[in-house]
Formats: sequence, C-alpha cells, structure tokens
Amino acid sequence: MNCIIIDDEATARAIIVQLCTKVEGLNIVGEFPNAIQAIKFLNQNEVDLIFLDIHMPDFTGFDFIQTIKNPPRIILTTSDANFAIEAFEYSCIVDYLVKPLTQQRFEKALVKARSYNPDKHEIVDKSQHTGTTIDTKEHLDGISKVDNGKSEDLYVNIDRRLIKIDIPSIYLIEAKGDYINIKTEDKNYTVHSTLKKIEDKLPLHTFLKVHRSYIINIHKIVDIEDNSVLIKKDVIPVSRSNRPELMKRLNLL
Amino acid sequence: MEKPNFSYINSLSGGDKEFEKQLLDVVKIEFPREKNLYSTMLSEKKLSEAGDVVHKIKHKISILGLEKSYDVANTFEDNLKDGNTALQDEFEGILNMITEFLEEN
Repeated sequence: MNCIIIDDEATARAIIVQLCTKVEGLNIVGEFPNAIQAIKFLNQNEVDLIFLDIHMPDFTGFDFIQTIKNPPRIILTTSDANFAIEAFEYSCIVDYLVKPLTQQRFEKALVKARSYNPDKHEIVDKSQHTGTTIDTKEHLDGISKVDNGKSEDLYVNIDRRLIKIDIPSIYLIEAKGDYINIKTEDKNYTVHSTLKKIEDKLPLHTFLKVHRSYIINIHKIVDIEDNSVLIKKDVIPVSRSNRPELMKRLNLL
Repeated sequence: MEKPNFSYINSLSGGDKEFEKQLLDVVKIEFPREKNLYSTMLSEKKLSEAGDVVHKIKHKISILGLEKSYDVANTFEDNLKDGNTALQDEFEGILNMITEFLEEN
C-alpha cells in the first residue's frame, strides 16, 4: 500500500514513519509539511492511503479533503479529539487517531484501512445527502466525545408538535432568554432551548458561534465588516474571541 | 512533580537507538521554534494564534511522557482560544522544564 504523510509537525511525521517501518507492505512515497505540497504531488501520483493531520495553518486537513478529487483512504492523525464527529462525515476517512500515536492503535487503523470498502461504508458523504446512520462507537474507539451522528434534519418541539427543520436552510440562530429563534430561508421558529443544545446538533463545518447570543451558517454570509457579519438582512455582532475562528473558516483570497 | 521521560519514545523505538536519537534531534529543533513562536504571539496579544502553537507543543509534551502537563496545555489552549491567559505561568513552567530536559539530553 503506497501512502503519504501530511503534517506540519516534523516530530509527528517522524513518528508516523517509524510506526510504518514496523508494518509489512506499507510504502511511504511522500512526506509533506502542508496540504498544498501534497495536492501538487497527488496531481501527478496516486496513493492508496494518506495519514493526515487536521490542525494545520492556512489549509486544514478538512480543507484538503474537500479539495482533492476522488480522495483515497485517509487516516486522520490529530491531537484534537473534538473533530471526530465531523471526521466521519467523510466516507474516505477510515479512522481517527489521537496523538500521541501508539503502535497497537496504529496497526488497528491499518487493518481497517486494508479492509475498507467505501461503497459498503455505513457513513455517507454529506454531499450525497443521504441519511444513513453511523456506528460511532465502532469508529470513535478511544474518543471521549461520542455523539450519535448529525443528520440533515432537526426536529424541534413547538406546541407539542415535532417540527422538522432542514438544517442547511438555517442561516441564523439567536438566543432570546430561555428561547432560541431559529431563522431559515422560509420561516422562523421560536423554541424553548439553548444555543449550547442546538450547537451540539449542528455540523461543525457549517455553523459557528460568533457571539454568545448568535450562531450563524457561514455559507449564508453576505459580508463581514469589522466586528459584525451580515447574514441575509441581519447584522450580527462578532465577539473578539470568536473572530479569529470565523476568519479561519473563510475561503480568503 | 512529574518529569520528562523517554518511556513513550522507547516504546516506539523498540530499542532502535538510531531512531531515538533522530526523533530527539527533531524535537530539539522544533520545540524551541514553537516556544519562540508562542512567546511572540503572546507578546503581540494574538491569543488565538498562540493557542494554535500550544496545540503543536502539547504533542511534544505528550511524547515526553508528561501526562498532567498535557492536561494543563490542553486547558491553556482552550483558554487562549477563549481570549484569556489563565494557566500561563503553569504552562510556561512546563516549557522551561522541557527546555532544560532537552539541553541535558
């Protein structure tokens, strides 16, 4: 199996190389300190497996996955367990390893990689908009924050009725005392809940809390000015502490 | 108080002394750079960026067997991302401890 390693940390790359040397049939054909260099390599070469760090400056591991066509099998290697749920929204991701890596866990991931068939995978790429459930317990071995997957729909309780809301249509959620106001393309919903509760139900790569009272859908931004963001016709404040994360998520030229 | 150690590196190497030396050499190059970058970001009040550097440093903390220090770094990273510097002194004590360890080995 030909593989490459993408990690901006030389120490991490050295460790993965060492772990690979103890596994038969694994051939490292490239090591890259950033995703851009790896993309250039992949434009000319095919590989079977990628060891990919998530947390890299300028271009994250998720940005990388979204950029390449027909991604091969990917094993994420990260110091951050919090992206596990998001990770398994991508059908190419075989496993999620939290650093420091151990030989035993590494080899277990490789067993998964070798037997991995994306066509039979229970987790479906979100872009396909199908709603198959995921067995997170199986895939999130060793990860403390386990969720039961996020679907494209959200059900809210309004006047004893469970109303279905299409998550991608939500552009803004604002806190109003003991209630939240969910604004969608077609309609607004006032629900007895908290921002924290709904934040846990939303896909991380689409929604961002920009202020203690607001969560926005970053794909619905019209423009950003100083410490505010325009979403549809709503001007929403962006707190100083949340602004760096917002800027990081933008596809800046 | 816990001390840096080679238990993780030894478990990876399986007795391969050359690998142990190579890895330590990489850490000796990379760690001071990250430490300096962290200090720069902090002095420029770029707390979120400092948090990103702490994220990298905490991997080194973990491979040097510092489990409690890793927890401190983890919380400190979150603090920086939230715009506060609580645990700064404790974290910098860890950095200094690692610096001394790397100089001695």
